[in-house]
Amino acid sequence: MSSSKLDAKVPGGPIADKWDRHKFEMKLVNPANKRKYTVIVVGTGLAGGSAAASLGELGYNVLNFCIQDSPRRAHSIAAQGGINAAKNYQNDGDSVYRLFYDTVKGGDYRSREANVYRLAQLSVNIIDQCVAQGVPFAREYGGLLDNRSFGGAQVSRTFYARGQTGQQLLLGAYQSLMRQVHQGAVRMFARREMLDLVIVDGKARGIIVRNLITGAIERYAADAVILATGGYGTVYYLSTNAVNSNVTAAWRAHKRGALFANPCYTQIHPTCIPVSGDHQSKLTLMSESLRNDGRVWVPKKQGDKRPPEQIPEEDRDYYLERKYPSFGNLVPRDVASRNAKQACDDGRGVGDSGLAVYLDFKDAIARVGPETIKAKYGNLFQMYAKITDDDPYAVPMRIYPAIHYTMGGLWVDYNLMSNVPGLHVLGEANFSDHGANRLGASALMQGLCDGYFVIPYTIGHYLASTALPKVTTDHDAFGEAADNVQQRINQLLAVKGSRGIREIHRELGRIMWDDVGMARSAQSLTRALARIPALRDEFWHDVSVPGSPDNLNQSLEYAGRVADYLEFAELLALDALQRSESCGGHFREESQTPDGEALRDDDNFSYVAAWEFQGVGRAPALHKEALVFDEVHPTQRSYK
Amino acid sequence: MRLNLKIWRQAGPDGAGKLVDYAADHVSPDMSFLEMLDVINERLVKQGEDAISFDSDCREGICGMCSLVINGVPHGPDRGTTVCQLHMRRFKDGETVTIEPWRARAFPVVKDLVVDRSAFDRIIAAGGYVSINVGGAPDGNAIPVSKQVAEQAMDSAACIGCGACVAACKNASAHLFMSAKIAQLSVLPQGQVERTTRVVAMIAQADADGFGSCSNEGECEAVCPKEIPISNIARMSREFTRAVFAGK
Ligand SMILES: Cc1cc2nc3c(=O)[nH]c(=O)nc-3n(C[C@H](O)[C@H](O)[C@H](O)COP(=O)(O)OP(=O)(O)OC[C@H]3O[C@@H](n4cnc5c(N)ncnc54)[C@H](O)[C@@H]3O)c2cc1C
Ligand code: FES
Repeated sequence: MSSSKLDAKVPGGPIADKWDRHKFEMKLVNPANKRKYTVIVVGTGLAGGSAAASLGELGYNVLNFCIQDSPRRAHSIAAQGGINAAKNYQNDGDSVYRLFYDTVKGGDYRSREANVYRLAQLSVNIIDQCVAQGVPFAREYGGLLDNRSFGGAQVSRTFYARGQTGQQLLLGAYQSLMRQVHQGAVRMFARREMLDLVIVDGKARGIIVRNLITGAIERYAADAVILATGGYGTVYYLSTNAVNSNVTAAWRAHKRGALFANPCYTQIHPTCIPVSGDHQSKLTLMSESLRNDGRVWVPKKQGDKRPPEQIPEEDRDYYLERKYPSFGNLVPRDVASRNAKQACDDGRGVGDSGLAVYLDFKDAIARVGPETIKAKYGNLFQMYAKITDDDPYAVPMRIYPAIHYTMGGLWVDYNLMSNVPGLHVLGEANFSDHGANRLGASALMQGLCDGYFVIPYTIGHYLASTALPKVTTDHDAFGEAADNVQQRINQLLAVKGSRGIREIHRELGRIMWDDVGMARSAQSLTRALARIPALRDEFWHDVSVPGSPDNLNQSLEYAGRVADYLEFAELLALDALQRSESCGGHFREESQTPDGEALRDDDNFSYVAAWEFQGVGRAPALHKEALVFDEVHPTQRSYK
Repeated sequence: MRLNLKIWRQAGPDGAGKLVDYAADHVSPDMSFLEMLDVINERLVKQGEDAISFDSDCREGICGMCSLVINGVPHGPDRGTTVCQLHMRRFKDGETVTIEPWRARAFPVVKDLVVDRSAFDRIIAAGGYVSINVGGAPDGNAIPVSKQVAEQAMDSAACIGCGACVAACKNASAHLFMSAKIAQLSVLPQGQVERTTRVVAMIAQADADGFGSCSNEGECEAVCPKEIPISNIARMSREFTRAVFAGK
């Protein structure tokens, strides 16, 4: 049933040998010729930053773009808890195979085995590379690297730098990147937003960006284009993502023919600070690592409004420990989130809104003392206290699930190339490794794996095996794309309506959260599919986008991103409707086991759904990549 | 609550700016400072007026993008807090609050409250790294680092590169920022090889970009949202002296 558009190009041979064999079989670019190739990298997060730095080191001529004022501010900076690697430094039974197995199982058997295996294999090199860069990972007293546990695993394989792992890994990549900038191998273009992909003779040959400071529409040509533009969580308006996160680059590439895979696979993180009011612009994550020491509970009785310290042990329900004795508080995210929702739906939620559960550190503090807890989680506790005005050392945290990560993304083959030749997609922006649910501490791993260790090989193969006649930005395709971008900007400014951009985004978010959120049904999805296009029409008739196109105009930037979300949201909902099974983070109420766990339907849905754009408001075409499991046999996931 | 805001508006890098009055009504104490500005901007947008430009991204104190001077203090009244983490419960009903951009020669204003901090990138590019390429790294545990040194490195590495230190300094010096990176890499074994060249190159770049010198007033430390200690500057000076003696 696989479509001809989708050749995953997975190499032959046993799974453990595929990558080595592929590395040998791939064509190489002669070192002296690398300088002649120009590669565009959009994004400077862990994926883009590491890719740009590595390609610069190899000698390619790299053009690197980001929307923030500095590459160091990419959203990866916010990752807190840690990064996985199959080092087995703890001698607790970890191995490449176990990390591979945990990731395939954690993804609810909806990822491509060969990609996941390679990820697990390369994970060990990432840690070596980052240590050598001077990333100050946490250490044990003997001077060796420390580890902590994360959800979905029974071994301790997560490396961390306090609660700022993403920051430290990103600064490592950023510093390598700036070194290449200094050496002239990489040219950095900050405060640029990619607004179109340029395709010449069927191949990705450039991009159109808006210079966010001057408003100029700029053209850049290259031999290959890499998108590492992050995830689309802010389609839900409230999420743990940074406020400038967007789907724009990926969506515009999709409109140029790149297939979008599994958009309905979105991850809801179980431990975020609950919503406090309408003014809220984002939600703050409390890292999953807290579940190493925090215990999740709600009152046993419905409507028990006593303050937590007055609720005695016997009146508390530590529901994760009760229902999942072997994983306890460390069940995967989708399971933890759904259980929190169930407890609140059941009338046992806490806090003013009743939309929260407790995460309690009392026992851990009694066991190891407040100083140890502070050393491990100090910045998280401080962040919590600032936002809520509560002291988590004294009272339990109140937490609730929030949108956090998006497993779906542009479809890529084993080489991380999309179906558009030359267009490669890395990091959260692609769909490849996490199936229907990502395990904690695996996104940082994937981003750096893609950028440091996969793309440097696979892009060389593409360049060496493809005829790439010189293309300049005078080519008609650049003109057409630049006009396209300019027109859309003009349209946005011309509406001159009365509604705020944020107001419409918030409304879109509400539709998505209510109807396409933690639990989805044919009914809710059908409703969303009616409401989204209606809201999109309203946007285009009544939005107000003030200011000029010729200088810094944050309203215009924001409006462009929301406009793309209003198109993309429909695809997300459609994908969710089409997939009438439950799997991982995608929970269809019609498809659950008697005790409320996600029930897959392998006979009918063991495939990647990759969508082809047919026009706004027109049904996209569905292509299916069949998933074949040679190693890990799909079973009903159990964490009991 | 209701607040009277005086906000710096400046059309572009060359334009003259001025403080403009805005009223903020129905401010909830649970709002963050930036969410309060979002509400004002939403009102301006609906009226078809140019929204107030300000930078922010993560809104949880880690990306270093937000950069407002509130009543004369970079990042506002709370110690160890970025403005995106500042909450309105910190202000009183009826208070007048002045909001301005970072001000420093090396950080020119782009528009309203947005400045250009690319000089910080140039300082890191000059030498704020360990020069290794991907591929040759030894096993992670082949380089043991004592817990104490790792923690010390992390204390400095926590810098978010926001530039509040520069904005607070009357000389607009980048010393606290630079010294954080230099301290991190000079205590770690990985940073030893380039220890002397790094400090010289970074300081030279800061001079070239127009940052001032340090006169030990300590305003930088007081406003640093990550509480990077000023003792790093003394360390940087020692590293510099050491480099000069080493003839670099
Ligand atoms: C609060 C939080 C905590 C997390 N904690 C962890 C953790 O502990 N462990 C873990 O493994 N994962 C964690 N994650 C997930 C992980 O951080 C992300 O999935 C990962 O960092 C994404 O990296 P990326 O390089 O793909 O994209 P990003 O870091 O999002 O970078 C995207 C880049 O693309 C650029 N860009 C975007 N759009 C455009 C455009 N149109 N034009 C030009 N440039 C553009 C941006 O400027 C940016 O440079 C966390 C996520 C969040 C939100
Ligand atoms: S917005 Fe990221 S630190 Fe304030």
